[in-house]
Amino acid sequence: MATAPKETNKAAQEVLLRVENVTKIYDGTVKAVDDVSLTVMKGEIFALLGGSGCGKSTLLRMMAGFETPTKGKIFLANQDITNLPPFQRPINMMFQSYALFPHLSVWENVAFGLKRDGMPKDEIADRVEKMLSLAQLNKYAKRKPHQLSGGQQQRVALVRSLAKRPQLLLLDEPLGALDKKLRETTQLELVNIIEEVGVTCVLVTHDQEEAMTMASRIAVMSEGYFLQVGAPDAVYEMPNSRKVADFIGNVNIFEGKIEEDEPDHVTVRCPECVHYVGHGVSGHPGMDVGVALRPEKIMLSKDKPNGDYNWCAGEVIEIVYFGAHTTYHLKLDSGKVIKAQELNNTRDLSCGLTWGDRAYASWNNLAMVVLTQ
Amino acid sequence: MSQASNKVFAKGWMIAVYLFLYLPIITLVVFSFNDSKLVTVWSHASFRWYEALAQDSDLISAVLLSLEIAGLSALMSVFFGTFTAFSLNRYKRFQGRTLLTSMSSMPLVMPDVIVGLSLLLMIVSVQNWLGFPERGLFTILLGHALLGTAYAAVVVTSRLREMDSKLDEAAMDLGCKPLQVFTLVTFPLLVPALVSAFLLTFTLSFDDVVLSSFLSGPGYSTMPMVIFSRARLGLNPTINAVATVTIVVVTIAVIASSFYTSHQERKRKREEAEAYSDSNK
Repeated sequence: MATAPKETNKAAQEVLLRVENVTKIYDGTVKAVDDVSLTVMKGEIFALLGGSGCGKSTLLRMMAGFETPTKGKIFLANQDITNLPPFQRPINMMFQSYALFPHLSVWENVAFGLKRDGMPKDEIADRVEKMLSLAQLNKYAKRKPHQLSGGQQQRVALVRSLAKRPQLLLLDEPLGALDKKLRETTQLELVNIIEEVGVTCVLVTHDQEEAMTMASRIAVMSEGYFLQVGAPDAVYEMPNSRKVADFIGNVNIFEGKIEEDEPDHVTVRCPECVHYVGHGVSGHPGMDVGVALRPEKIMLSKDKPNGDYNWCAGEVIEIVYFGAHTTYHLKLDSGKVIKAQELNNTRDLSCGLTWGDRAYASWNNLAMVVLTQ
Repeated sequence: MSQASNKVFAKGWMIAVYLFLYLPIITLVVFSFNDSKLVTVWSHASFRWYEALAQDSDLISAVLLSLEIAGLSALMSVFFGTFTAFSLNRYKRFQGRTLLTSMSSMPLVMPDVIVGLSLLLMIVSVQNWLGFPERGLFTILLGHALLGTAYAAVVVTSRLREMDSKLDEAAMDLGCKPLQVFTLVTFPLLVPALVSAFLLTFTLSFDDVVLSSFLSGPGYSTMPMVIFSRARLGLNPTINAVATVTIVVVTIAVIASSFYTSHQERKRKREEAEAYSDSNK
């Protein structure tokens, strides 16, 4: 199921975590995770992406040891950890709610795990100092968690989970509790700290932006299994199914039939237009396919484009202004509504189009993806 | 106009309610300083009944017994109540949990008379069988702990429910064995709830007449029992004195604790505000 791992610039491609055919069934009937296999390389940041109830959290909790798989095995550095309790795993987790101990100071929170390992006192002090300076929290060492802002609490939670130098770090919706403005800066801080320590990460999120910006590989999950595994750009630009295309970002999907099927191009006839796709597709003439086209790859104009392929016409029925870009909703003659995104690269806002105008949407022959599933 | 009259009405209402609550207590306190032997007739102020109280060894030993029973039974209640709350909240669903949950709070709604009577019947028959336990301190303790456990379980349960269960997982994740999770994380966070459960069950035990009357034996009279039996023979100003002492102690404790709580609350609010302004710098 898992695709081959992307070549990263890490020299040693060593498998750290291996999940083999893991299934989790709750109460005898509810399949939360359905026969999932995956490998995570050393040094990688791997994201499990999916909506709520897709099984991503259950999978993470099985890695942490809070749940045991109904079937299947989990290996860490070739050691079977499937039935190891959480306190014996060299894995630490950063919780969505941070789960900082409210009765302990920042310093004591970070030292908590080290003390359990029976580390000598001066070494603990050393390590905690290092961790706090990593997150620029030294001057808050004596504070209790409630005396910190959301972003600071989040950094304490991160360095607490890093303090024991785990082989694997699990992040449960790491930015879920922060507001939008704080998310962007925190996200970068988080990635910087993780990269400085060089720890392997598995993160769970429902936010595709979070997954794309932080992870080196993404697994898109739905109903307990993986739809697609790959690098962020691969998942975005080459979704393997309608579900993935639809889940990651916005997409217009045209339903049609393959007409010409040549090694260097295919044409797909849809009710709205004919797509000329500039590369080969594994299919056959007459096959029902979907053509996925991202809104930002569509150009709009008032003038009719040349040629017979890759354009369609419609009426502007909605204009949504986002600041950096504007999304136009175009009602095609067939009644289908597509979205097109235009960059606002000048300050006069309009590209000359307004409500009720007739506009032509066009795109180049490498902009779309042919979906057979 | 109507606003002003509303204000007057609200104030008057408040005064009426407080008078209703406190007038009897004030009367009692005032009459404890009355020199007259007649409880209802004021002659002049004196400490006569306090001196009498100091020599009333029956009453003093009853107070001491009440304190002892209240302290011990509160400890037992908190101990068993915590276990009950834990097993009903922190373990995976087990068969009969709902039934057990409602059964654990049954003593809260069951009339004391019935609980006392059934306990007495049970203790008498056990005693006939085994020659044990003799009615006295131990049986009163048993009764009070039974009632107190139910109350303590309710208090601890509500605290456990609002505690983030992820804290337990975080502790385990960082290397705590299950027992360490309890001693290092859950217990310290439960302390405020345990303290209030202790105070609640202490008070319950300290003023209980019904259970104690059923369960005590010869030579074991608690303070409320003594007051009750003396009041039946005619009101005695010494009772006023002992009541006043109790009221003073309770009032000081309540005021001190509410001052402490509001101080902590304000401190916390201030610190949170500081953290917020810090992060915005």
